[in-house]
Parts: sequence; structure tokens; C-alpha cells
Amino acid sequence: MLKAPDLQAIRQIIARAKRWDMLFSVLGILSLMVGVLSFCVLFADMAIKGVPRLEWEFFTSFPSRRAANAGILSAWVGTVLVMMVTALAAVPVGIAAGVYLEEYAPKNWVTGLIEINITNLAGVPSIVYGLLALGLFVYQFGLGQSILSAGLTLALLILPVVIVATREAIRAIPQMIREGSYACGATTWQTVRDHILPYSSAGILTGVIIGMARAIGETAPIITIGALTFIAFLPPAPFAGDPPAGMFDWLFAPFTVMPIQMFNWTSRPEAAFTVNAAAAGFVLVFMTLAMNGLAIYLRYRLRKNIKW
Amino acid sequence: MKSMKLSVVTAAVAAALSVSAGSALADTFVKIDGSSTVYPITEAVAEEFQKAKKNAVKVTVGISGTGGGFKKFCRGEIDISDASRPILKKEMEDCAKAGIKYIELPVAFDALTVVVNPKNTFLKQVTVAVLKMMWEPSAQGKITRWNQINPAWPDAPLKLFGPGADSGTFDYFTEAVNGKSKASRGDFTASEDDNVLVQGVTRDANALGYFGFAYYDENKDKLKAVPVVNPKGKAVSPSIAAVMAGEYEPLARPIFIYVSAKAMDRPEVKEFVEFYLKHGGKLAKEVKYVPLSDADYKHALDNFKKKKTGTGFGGVAEVGVKVADLLKRDPKE
Repeated sequence: MLKAPDLQAIRQIIARAKRWDMLFSVLGILSLMVGVLSFCVLFADMAIKGVPRLEWEFFTSFPSRRAANAGILSAWVGTVLVMMVTALAAVPVGIAAGVYLEEYAPKNWVTGLIEINITNLAGVPSIVYGLLALGLFVYQFGLGQSILSAGLTLALLILPVVIVATREAIRAIPQMIREGSYACGATTWQTVRDHILPYSSAGILTGVIIGMARAIGETAPIITIGALTFIAFLPPAPFAGDPPAGMFDWLFAPFTVMPIQMFNWTSRPEAAFTVNAAAAGFVLVFMTLAMNGLAIYLRYRLRKNIKW
Repeated sequence: MKSMKLSVVTAAVAAALSVSAGSALADTFVKIDGSSTVYPITEAVAEEFQKAKKNAVKVTVGISGTGGGFKKFCRGEIDISDASRPILKKEMEDCAKAGIKYIELPVAFDALTVVVNPKNTFLKQVTVAVLKMMWEPSAQGKITRWNQINPAWPDAPLKLFGPGADSGTFDYFTEAVNGKSKASRGDFTASEDDNVLVQGVTRDANALGYFGFAYYDENKDKLKAVPVVNPKGKAVSPSIAAVMAGEYEPLARPIFIYVSAKAMDRPEVKEFVEFYLKHGGKLAKEVKYVPLSDADYKHALDNFKKKKTGTGFGGVAEVGVKVADLLKRDPKE
């Protein structure tokens, strides 16, 4: 015979469970706020200090001993060019590696080993990449302290991110698409070219841009390979020199990047340079946010085109 | 279609940047790297030099630190090394091995400034002996209160701030005060960023710290510089005039550039160094460093033109050496 349920006890249990639920959600919000609020405070502080400094001249002037005349021209041009090299190097290699691992690689221990290594590479501190690049690119390959060395270094740094993003994006494609393609007699390459890559491009793009957003703020590896601080000229324009050799002059030019310019300004005695640093920081954060915004927009646009 | 778009973008970027590409082929570079202490002066000189040459010569300046600068210098990667201390034995050997000869040129003084919080009213002056009591290695963990040094001072904790061990400023201060380079107590707040030290002393009424004069000068309203008693027994406040008169001893130190003798054969490097020694004094003052006397600059220029290679120090740090005497020395390699 069943005992009549003790309503009181059940209500108590429910109330207790709900209390825990509340407690956890409060804890969750608090943890979230630690990150969000500290970012907001830092960003606001930087914006208040830096934004008044953001005139047109700030973007078109070279560094100077006079804080009021100093600008970020060589820094932002350097950053843009380095990012270009990084993207050109990391994207094809990363995507190819990701596609290979997902679509071609046999599932054996060698593949397993490679996968573990890629995951590990994503966690290696950036300074290690800097030291590697100093030995390999700068001295061994004789590329010097150039835009090319810096771009390749950052490409190595974001390669794991691109590979992992590519694989995730490819895995999200339903298996039946592949099967349908193979059933029509397509080769693996045809399947990849006509189906896998187009459908996964949204995810891949997001990964690439998030990787780039990380690379743009990297300071340690760039300093290690020997980026400069004072540089009051621009590298030659890409692909504008006399072909064929002159077109690549810009790759070997000395350069500086935004984080280094900022770092130098924060350590100067004059308070006015701190304002410059804040302004440069604002621009850099804005660049990163813009890249992330672009990633979200592209993902939205490309996803709309996928119909399955 | 896509590739057309891409080429349009590339062309636009190229057009935007091509303003600078005019003389890409005829580029002449002067490459400089080294101490962050010397950096502001070199930056100022580079800026003015490029203006004077209408950007025909491209000057690059890095900040790898004095040690890092000499490493690159002795590998032949750069033309000029900024140094906040004289070249050391080990670095001389490296340069000799690589066959790199150099000319040592003092370019300005930096006055190490001892500062306290403005609320500190009892410290009117300080002797080297007192500084030594505070900073010597054996003070570690023992001298922790002001009244341990002088019973007349308050019974308050002694909070010390100074540059980190990789800094040339640290090397010179320890040599001048404790008698041995790099010999210092370890239990003080150290930072390679002098602005951190400035803030530390500003916030703590019981603090004492030291760093370059430029950082004090910019924060005069928040800090108090302590006059240092010189070997003649006179308490001298740090100032450009006092250093130039040779009275701010022993904490005024000369800073240097080292020019590669091989690079000197290139007209742009030679011109740059001559420009440095002619206009460096005025520019040093502008960035709050202390210029040498006109006679010293002239003498240095003379040494440079005569290509007197080597160092006047012989690989050992020295405190209180007069620049005029240094320039007269017969340099060794």
C-alpha cells in the first residue's frame, strides 16, 4: 500500500533545489561580470584618456620626441602589412591541413599524434614562437628582421587556431552530403571543392578572423625577432616596385607594429605619451573589435546561403 | 570577378602607400639599437636628422637594452649601439672575435635621482654612506625601518623602489653606492618600467626610490628629489646645471653610443654621427637629459673623425670619471 505523499517534504525539496539554482545563476553572473566589467572599465579608461587625441594627424604622423606631434603611421601600416603576410601564409596552409585531417587522413596513430600536437601547439606561449622564428626565419633562412619574418611568425602562431576551426566547421557538415557526392561518382577532391569547402567557409572564416584578432595584439614574438621602435618611414608599397623582384621589396623592409609603439609610449616619462599610448590602444582594440564584428557578419551572411 | 575585386583593393592599397615608395631603390639605412635610457636622445636626433636630410636616409632605432644592443652590434647587424654603460669585457671579446671595431662616444649625462614622497619632511639630504646602509646586500631583511638608519627619523617602515637587475641604471647605482656593480639588497620593489617606480613612491609616504632624472622632472609635483652629498661634502639637488658643473656626484653617469668602424665608412652613418655630436646637446636637454660641455662634444667629434677605436674603460665599470678625461684616454680594444 502506498503511503500518501508528504506534500510538505516534496515542497521543501523543490524549494531547496530552486535555491541552489538561484545560487548558481548568481555565481555565474558574477563570474561573467568579472571579465566583462573589468574589460569595460579598462576600455572606458582608455577611451576617456585616448579618444581626444584621435585626430587625423595622429594616423598620418610618424613617432616623434614631442608627444603632441607623434603619431602611429608607421605602426598601423606595419600592423596591416604584417597581418597581410600572416593571412596569406596561415589561411591556405591551415585550411589545407584541416581538410586533410578531416577528409583524407587515415585514422591511425600517426594522425592521432599529429592531432595531439596541433592541440598542444595552440597552447604554446607566444614567446616560444618568437624564439623559434628568431633562430629559423631571421638567421637560418636569412629573412632578417623584416615584415616577412614577423608575418610568418604570427602565421605559425595562429595556424593551430585556423586548423582547429577548419576541422570543427567541416565536422558540422552532415555525412549525407559526402555520401550523396560520392554516390554520384565524385572523387574526394571534387567533394571537398564543391561541397565541403563552400559549406564550411563560414566557420573557417570565423576561425581565421579570430586567429588574426589574436595575432594583431601579439607583442612578445615580434619584439623577439627584432621589431623596431623608432621608424619614421614606410615600407615600399606592396607589389608596386619593378617586377619581378621589386614587387616584394616591402616584405624585407624594417617595421614596427601597434603594440610595440604603445609599449614604448607607456614607458616614457612625459605624461603626454601615456595619452598617446591610450589613443593607440583604443585604435588597436577597435581594430580587434572590427575584425570580430566582421567575423560575425560574414558568418551570418554565409550561413544564410547554406540550404540543407 | 573575385580576383578583379582583389586586384582593385591591392591597387588601392598600393596607391595609398606609394607616396613613400618613390626612392625605394636608393635606400640608405642607419640601423641603431640598444639601451632604452639612451633611446629618447637617439630618437630625437634621428627625427631631426631625417628632417634635415629630407628623408633620403632612413634611420631605425630599436630598444633591446644595452646588453641586447651590444649582442646585435658585435654580430654586425647594426651600425650604432646605444649604451647606458661602457662596453664590458665579455662584449669586447665578442666584438673582437667578429672583427668589429668601434668608436666609443659619450653623448650626454643621466642624473640618477633619489626621490621620496613629498610627505617625507625629515630627509633633507642624503650621503652615499646612508644610501649604502639602505641598499647594501647585508641590509636585506634587517634595515626595514627609517629609525634604524637614523634614530632621529620616525619609526616607520622603509619602502624601497628601484629599477630591476637588467637595467643599466641599477648597475650604475649599485656600483656608485655599494661599490660593486649589481650588488644590492633584493627585497625592494623592482620594475623595469620607471613609471611604475614613480607611482610607487607617489603613493607611499614612507617610500624612497631612484631612477633617471627625466622621470623625476616630469613628476616634480608628486615627488621630492633628495639632495645628495657629493665627495666635496656639499649637498646638491639634481638639476641640469648641477650635473654640467660636475657637482652632482657620484650619481651622474655618462651615456654612450658605440659606432662600428666599418659602418663609419658609409657616408650616411658618418653624417648621422656628426649630426648627433653637433646637435645632441640641445636635443638631450629637450628630452630632459644633461648635455656634455661644448668642448667635450668637440673632443668626441674629433675622436670620431680620427677614428679612435676601442673603449676608454677597458671593460670595467667606473664611477665618477670625468668625460673630458675619458675622451683624452688612449682607448683599448
